[in-house]
Amino acid sequence: MTATNAEARFESVPAVRQGLADVKYLADEGIAGVVYLADRLQKPVLVEGPAGTGKTELAKSVAQLTGSRLIRLQCYEGLDESKALYEWNYKKQLLRIQVERNDEDNATWTEIEEDIFAEPFLLTRPLLEAIRATDPVVLLIDEVDRVEVETEALLLEVLSDYQVSIPELGTVRATQVPLVFLTSNNTRELSEALKRRCLYLHLDYPDLEREKEIILARVPDITDSLADQIARVVRSIRQLELKKAPSVSETLDWARTLLLLGAKEIDEAQATETLHILLKYQSDIEKAAKELSAAAS
Amino acid sequence: MTTTSPMLDVLEGFIQELRTAGLPVSLTENLDAMEAVQHIPMEDREAFKYALAATLVKSHSHWKAFETVFEVYFSLRRPAPGESLDELDEGDGNVRFDESGSAAGGAMDSLSPEELAEMLYRALLNADEATMQALARQAVTRFAGMEPGRPVGGTYYLYRTLRNLDLDGVLERLMDTSREQAGGELTSLEERLETDEYQDRIAKLRQEIEAEIRRRLVADRGPEAMARTLRKPLPEDVDFMHASRDEMAMLRRTIQPLARKLAVRLARKRRHGRKGPLDFRNTMRHSLSYGGVPAEPKFRYPRPAKPEIMVVADISGSVAAFARFTLMFVYAISSQFSKVRAFVFIDGIDEVTRFFEGTEDVNQAVHRVNTEADVIWVDGHSDYGHAFQVFWEKFASEVGPKTSVILLGDARNNYHSSQAWIVKELRQRARHVYWLNPEPRSYWDTGDSIVSEYGVHCDGVFECRNLRQLERFVEQLG
Repeated sequence: MTATNAEARFESVPAVRQGLADVKYLADEGIAGVVYLADRLQKPVLVEGPAGTGKTELAKSVAQLTGSRLIRLQCYEGLDESKALYEWNYKKQLLRIQVERNDEDNATWTEIEEDIFAEPFLLTRPLLEAIRATDPVVLLIDEVDRVEVETEALLLEVLSDYQVSIPELGTVRATQVPLVFLTSNNTRELSEALKRRCLYLHLDYPDLEREKEIILARVPDITDSLADQIARVVRSIRQLELKKAPSVSETLDWARTLLLLGAKEIDEAQATETLHILLKYQSDIEKAAKELSAAAS
Repeated sequence: MTTTSPMLDVLEGFIQELRTAGLPVSLTENLDAMEAVQHIPMEDREAFKYALAATLVKSHSHWKAFETVFEVYFSLRRPAPGESLDELDEGDGNVRFDESGSAAGGAMDSLSPEELAEMLYRALLNADEATMQALARQAVTRFAGMEPGRPVGGTYYLYRTLRNLDLDGVLERLMDTSREQAGGELTSLEERLETDEYQDRIAKLRQEIEAEIRRRLVADRGPEAMARTLRKPLPEDVDFMHASRDEMAMLRRTIQPLARKLAVRLARKRRHGRKGPLDFRNTMRHSLSYGGVPAEPKFRYPRPAKPEIMVVADISGSVAAFARFTLMFVYAISSQFSKVRAFVFIDGIDEVTRFFEGTEDVNQAVHRVNTEADVIWVDGHSDYGHAFQVFWEKFASEVGPKTSVILLGDARNNYHSSQAWIVKELRQRARHVYWLNPEPRSYWDTGDSIVSEYGVHCDGVFECRNLRQLERFVEQLG
């Protein structure tokens, strides 16, 4: 694999970071670095991390930044190649055969076969579509941990060689290498084969500064001091041992709620009352409420 | 190409060390890393680190190990503010230990301890990072008392430095200042937020000090030797019986995600892999819609019952941590079992299922097990024989053919009678009886350990020293 500079989408790591910030995705050094490398090494990125830390959002933002079309493959249990790669439009094929039969009787089997296993009868699914696209695309394979280990193998050819083999048509190679993002919620260990082909990026909860910036960028009209306070409270809550720590998207929801309620700053009562937006388990809410109102010594 | 051969040498040593530390780095990944570093200038240290991580580390639990090795191998190559790169590379160990380290540090040498403490306090109050870094260097020079060639670990120096800085006192003082600024008392929420903020800053200072110590040690001993002393087991390999407090906390954090993964896997296993004989009646019934052609064969799938689990755990001092983890783990995936009951014993036995029922907080429940369970009968030394006997008398009738009984302990019976016949009887009644032993296999049956005496009556005796082994065992249980 050789990285051709002619195709490079980004100039440098800081350029990626700035570009992402322009589309309101606040990347840290690590995120920007991996995106930059993904482009240079022409490798897919496997993004892992807790729910709601902006994994899917990253792919969307990169698509927006590079002006590419986003092709999304949502994974689920039971996903197979007819849903992920391609499928023959079998109804159309049947019609075609019938038409042929009525037309003239001397069409040989090979002719028909060649006829019906051709481009017009092919239904492209996300993976093949991304490979065949002539315009710039970003391919997002969402929640890849939901498919079975056996199905993962489907992805391997696409991910390492950017090609799809169709027995009847031959191998379809990518005209341009798309940027590929795979996301995983880590509900199971992905196979070594898949991991080896990808760059790995772990998205964690952002630190205080970044979280504040994210709130400021994503929630219009919020004041600087309120955003700062929200970020601080959330940091405090994340330090507790909870079943599910508040994610970035929940922080944003909370910020919006507080804004709607017309809060200028957060006091204890307000924080406790709106905790259910940040936390989704009753035991977590109780614990956090107790912790927030008990004086920290 | 910006890469030069010394760079590749360093990288090679680095990857070698990663492998020794237990990270699975494949050849492809190695090549990827080599290619990646050609695109990222080494001067951009953060980006360089992430580039290496993205190509070499494919699991978040390995991140910490990676970071440590990275610090060791590339710390010398980072110019600290006020120092040039060459100076660092040339300076040999002895010189580095004696000089105070930096331009900023030079000015600090003349400060009295009180002035230094004042400066530290101001830097923390204003979150002044540059000063904090300089202070960290100064503190190490002054307090750590590092001598070249001395075979002492970094923790020793860290302890000496921190003891002299009295960070708890500084935190107190910072909080007092906050209270003053707020004009009197803070509300409890404010109080908490302020504490968190200062603790965060102090943690940063601590990291800075650790990094400084590490840098000097690497300069003294070289990266290979340093990496060897810092080498720690990966989270899944930490031994339950010898885990430090930090490692315990880390293990507790890993349990939840691990349990979730395992639960998903068990549920899937139950749903798939079902093969059954042809269900003739069902097939015929469905054939009606195809005009009597049995086009859609139906099968009679077996519906495996969820197992019922009884955990009987020794919670005496030596194996308490292990029992705690196993209970946590079993309860974290309790949705995969039809019923979980827990018993703990030392020389008396007590059922503790009640602590786990009606609460979602497993940590809380385990804490109650430790404090409230009634497990002392005579002297509080393990007596497996008596504990099993009581278990047999009280609960044997509840052990049925669906129950899997898991016995946890090191079987160090203090030379009491073993009552191994109970285990034998249990096995007759239960579906399975397993024994999990947290001791290394080589210690079994030494001293007062009588694990084999029980083991012969069990369906399996497993060495279970770390999360990896525990996970493997629970998986085959489901």
